[in-house]
Amino acid sequence: MGDQPTPEETLPADEDRENLLTELSESLGEILVDSYLRPHEDLWLRVRVDNWHDAVRTAKDAGFAYFGFLSAIDWNIAPEGRYENTEFDAGLIEEDEEPVELDASTGYAGGDTRFQLLMQLHSLDRQLGVILKADLGEDLTVDTIRDLFPGADWHERETHEMFGIVFQGHPTLQPLYLPTEFEGHPLRKDFPLLARQVKPWPGVVDIEEIPEHLEAQLEAEVMAAFEAEGGEA
Amino acid sequence: MTATSDREQMAYVSAQAADARINVELDTGDMTLNIGPQHPATHGTLRIAARLDGEQVIAAEPIMGYMHRGYEKLCEVRTYPQCTTLINRIDWLGSFANEVPFILAAERLMGVEAPPRAQWIRTILFELSRIANLSLFLGDMGVQVGALTPVFFAFRDRERVLNQIEEVTGGRFHPNFDRIGGLKDDIPKGWVDETRSVMVKMRTFCDEMEDLLVGNEIFQARCRGVGVIPADMALGYGLSGANLRASGIDWDLRRDANPGLAWDQIDWRVWTHPDGDSFARYWVRLQETREATRMVDQLLDGIPSGPIMAKVPRIIKVPAGEAYISTENPLGEMGYYVVSKGDLGPFRVKIRTPSFNNISVVPWVMKGVYVPDVITILGSLYFILGDIDR
Repeated sequence: MGDQPTPEETLPADEDRENLLTELSESLGEILVDSYLRPHEDLWLRVRVDNWHDAVRTAKDAGFAYFGFLSAIDWNIAPEGRYENTEFDAGLIEEDEEPVELDASTGYAGGDTRFQLLMQLHSLDRQLGVILKADLGEDLTVDTIRDLFPGADWHERETHEMFGIVFQGHPTLQPLYLPTEFEGHPLRKDFPLLARQVKPWPGVVDIEEIPEHLEAQLEAEVMAAFEAEGGEA
Repeated sequence: MTATSDREQMAYVSAQAADARINVELDTGDMTLNIGPQHPATHGTLRIAARLDGEQVIAAEPIMGYMHRGYEKLCEVRTYPQCTTLINRIDWLGSFANEVPFILAAERLMGVEAPPRAQWIRTILFELSRIANLSLFLGDMGVQVGALTPVFFAFRDRERVLNQIEEVTGGRFHPNFDRIGGLKDDIPKGWVDETRSVMVKMRTFCDEMEDLLVGNEIFQARCRGVGVIPADMALGYGLSGANLRASGIDWDLRRDANPGLAWDQIDWRVWTHPDGDSFARYWVRLQETREATRMVDQLLDGIPSGPIMAKVPRIIKVPAGEAYISTENPLGEMGYYVVSKGDLGPFRVKIRTPSFNNISVVPWVMKGVYVPDVITILGSLYFILGDIDR
């Protein structure tokens, strides 16, 4: 991705994960859409959403019995940005700072749709984790995996209320955190963060501005301490 | 019966009527009992709606969200260094341990590695927050079963550990001390010796808890065989930490998936218990606390010299990518899935908290238990509300 140094060049081959990838690609077959491996870090597998249940079952049969988490990603860029384009922070941008260019890609192992399912499983025998992803279609519907991992029950409920994803076959898709009458799906990127809209965010810069009358004095003190330390900090 | 007065006559009649009501009207229908949101056993505001048949629980459903603060959304509009302020407040009893996996995830994406000295001090503070967190559990579990003494011991001795954390970080509960690339500051002079003497005291505290509770007949009667979670259920629900190890599964992220901290350079062991009941969960945490004090001792001996901060730019921009890092926190597996788009702040953060998974087993494990056991199970599963609700 981008101009990052490719980890393959610097690190020795990660045989465990490579073997795992070969094994899972064989057993998943056509269900597997794409995969991505970062040696000694993690393995990402993107599977077809229609076969989500089969894919998770395959992973479970391959020894991934520990349920980590299930969630989703909304790949849209938030229309309000990060609430930093207000008048308030316009004057605070440093002169030498280049404007941030957002990476347009949709993460490791790619993605074609706005919403992507995200799930982490762990195998205690191999001591490896695997991250499963699936692109969700327009109807935002996917089969529940409650029968395979009972722990997915609450994670699916949370993903349902936060992203509006429907898990078919889940008996109680009631809100977990939000009030029953709450409207909207807060973790979607187009859901506005009201607190930021009524009041500018004072934390745009990490370091507070020093009052003018103190600035010269402080700078002298800092420089004196810096030289006493003997050069580069 | 001879009625001596009107009043007695009245009493007689109403008693007979009551008898009739019992025979006719008092059926054994289900009853809903709300435990919490303000119950001491809930460590905050968790509500458990339990349906009872007499003394037996038929169904228990935790109802949460009373403390939902939307941290995943808030992280999206903050810079990386600002996120740690929020992350401190997830599991507020072991705050420093929360910061570490998030910082490690950001470091992995940036390709930065903290210098060895920073990693060692991180590990020490991590284990100190584990001791502070778990020692409160060790005492608090006594309160759940009706023993008041242990919790006072726990608060007394936990304060010593918090003092040590405060001396380094400046904060008892919310240190906000971990930085991308290292630590905010070095440890103060004389701190190592002080901490060593505190660790001796904490071992005494563990012995006291062992005497007061583990060997106590009442405690054993209340906890043994109560709330048994078999290994396959524990895995399927994603239980982690001591809850998983108490079900006989030998898995500790400190040993098995060390993300770079100093755990692999010291000598320690992972404690497990085969029973999977409330007692096992207590016992495992007790051993872990004691093991942590030994780990801190060893870590204090071997702090390497050198800088505490790697070279990082003043304005931190994290390159695009994804990383999932989890560590063995006091409560279990705490992980952050960080998605970066090359911005000043994360694009998406999924916070995988241990308590959320640990408590999701409640509807299953509480089926068929008796009301007093509900409290023991809740107490021994050990959760922090901020850690469930985020």
